[in-house]
Amino acid sequence: MGELAADKHVKYIISVEKKKDSFESVVMEHLRLNGAYWGLTTLDILGKLDAVDEEDVISWILKCQDESGGFAGNIGHDPHVLYTLSAVQVLALFDKLDILDADKVSNYVAGLQNGDGSFSGDIWGEVDTRFSYIAICCLSILQRLDKINVDKAVEYIVSCKNLDGGFGCTPGGESHSGQIFCCVGALAIAGALHHVDKDLLGWWLCERQVKSGGLNGRPEKLPDVCYSWWVLSSLIMIDRVHWINKDKLVKFILDCQDMENGGISDRPDDAVDVFHTYFGVAGLSLLEYPGLKPIDPAYALPVDVVNRIFFSKK
Amino acid sequence: MESDEGDEQQQEAERLPLSQRPEWSDVTPIPQDDGPNPVVPIAYKPEFSETMSYFRAVYYSDERSSRSFQLTKEAICLNPGNYTVWHFRRQIIETLHTDLQDELAFVGRIAKSNSKNYQLWHHRRWVAEKLGTGAVNKELQFTKKMLSLDAKNYHAWSYRQWVLQALGGWEDELDYCQILLGEDIFNNSAWNQRYFVVTRSPLLGGLIAMRDSEVNFTIEAILGNPENESPWRYLRGLYKDDTESWINDPRISSVCLKVLSTKSNYVFALSTLLDLICHGFRPSEEFREAINALNTPDSGPLDSDLGRAICRVLECVDPLRCNYWLWRKSKLPLTVSSQ
Repeated sequence: MGELAADKHVKYIISVEKKKDSFESVVMEHLRLNGAYWGLTTLDILGKLDAVDEEDVISWILKCQDESGGFAGNIGHDPHVLYTLSAVQVLALFDKLDILDADKVSNYVAGLQNGDGSFSGDIWGEVDTRFSYIAICCLSILQRLDKINVDKAVEYIVSCKNLDGGFGCTPGGESHSGQIFCCVGALAIAGALHHVDKDLLGWWLCERQVKSGGLNGRPEKLPDVCYSWWVLSSLIMIDRVHWINKDKLVKFILDCQDMENGGISDRPDDAVDVFHTYFGVAGLSLLEYPGLKPIDPAYALPVDVVNRIFFSKK
Repeated sequence: MESDEGDEQQQEAERLPLSQRPEWSDVTPIPQDDGPNPVVPIAYKPEFSETMSYFRAVYYSDERSSRSFQLTKEAICLNPGNYTVWHFRRQIIETLHTDLQDELAFVGRIAKSNSKNYQLWHHRRWVAEKLGTGAVNKELQFTKKMLSLDAKNYHAWSYRQWVLQALGGWEDELDYCQILLGEDIFNNSAWNQRYFVVTRSPLLGGLIAMRDSEVNFTIEAILGNPENESPWRYLRGLYKDDTESWINDPRISSVCLKVLSTKSNYVFALSTLLDLICHGFRPSEEFREAINALNTPDSGPLDSDLGRAICRVLECVDPLRCNYWLWRKSKLPLTVSSQ
């Protein structure tokens, strides 16, 4: 089995945008704040966060903030919870949460809760359990969960539970590993994991492992490195991770590395990108791969960062 | 008025820079501010940079005009993921009251090559919501078309469920699920939709009324492909909140026995039988014989306790999940013997 090409991945992340062809650059423009979160969290897990200029990152992030309190994917774009969480997470990585007006940001997020407990992504009202997770995670990091109706939020998530123990994007939506991460993560943060049928969901999640060792997101779909994060973190949160074959999964992720130029792809021999590089490295961290900082399965931040948020004396 | 199909590609091919178009001569473009020494510097394509610079100019001045409307189309064709452009397009539609049927047609063309784009589906829903129940057939047809390209497209399914619940059109939905499952019985999305229809359609009478015929359909699907995870889970879902009926319905235990007797692809049959036993099902001697027949050199002599014997077989035939089956074994009640 190959090893983790940690140094190459660091180099890849730092140079990532320069090397991209124009189509991908165009696609990245509006979600640059997500890209920053993926890249910087990966660097931190690899112990190399100091490879970037902290002040440049932070001054750019602050410019992405809208007067509503929410953050946009880039300067001058519209705010959305997707980018608001990324902004809060990146500031947490740098221990700079105190430069935020936490009430202002959390008022923006809390204002997106609907009467049935669900959350919209922005003022246009798209509803999805992804946004429930984002809102709950973001408000928890800002220590402002009291601004929303947590019971209602939990009730909505539970209404998206399916016969297989999994969760979908809205009530009746098909179970999907990405949505399951969001729902289980939100319930974990809200202290409501007792609503999860852990044994049934755990079995469904471990059925996602295929012969190659990789995990898929739904039955009969191809394995993809991103599910090393979505499935694995969910299994850890419900304490069932020992039900999959960890060695085979480690091998699958390592087989998806570009050993020459760094970066990780969705499947062996595909083109790498920063998104899958993050999920591969974060997945290996959850699998306790040597040399990596442990990552928290619910907050998707290194454990030392999460501890600093909740246990530091200030 | 929106232009017809093919026009977008034509425009792309013969694109005249905005700076050379007379109708844009009064606008000063505003370039993207990527901040100082960007951490993730982006090398933008000139055509993209120019379009977005003009977009920023009209967006910041809130110019809701037909040229802005046209410009959002160009920007969306260059990057359909940019949600700010979609937002502004909606604001323009509201101000200018542009034709909503044309808008559906535009979204349909963009969807052809961007079927997994969140903004597009959300935008379409916004338009359909404005059109109301009159849009039902068109929207069901649209998702059908998208699902014919990828029968597991999560966005398309999610949108279709919204159409049914918000606008109606349940009449043919069970038949539609039937057709899709006929094309691919392994399509978990279609099984999920079937459960959605059976449990939520206002026309079918609900889960309990539908159970009998659904069990027969599912059993047939299982016997055709016993390795198919979806119908096994669906079968259990048909007895939601009614474990007693599930254990006592002879069709459930007998489909397990039938699959076990074939001695191939029996993991889900064993797993279902194990669940039945754990919930109080008392297996007959036939089940014991069928399981004994699965004994392999790896498994060694099988335990006299049927639950333990099943777990042992599963550990051997499903080694990837052997820890799960070991755990199931550890959770078994102390003695479960066959009658």
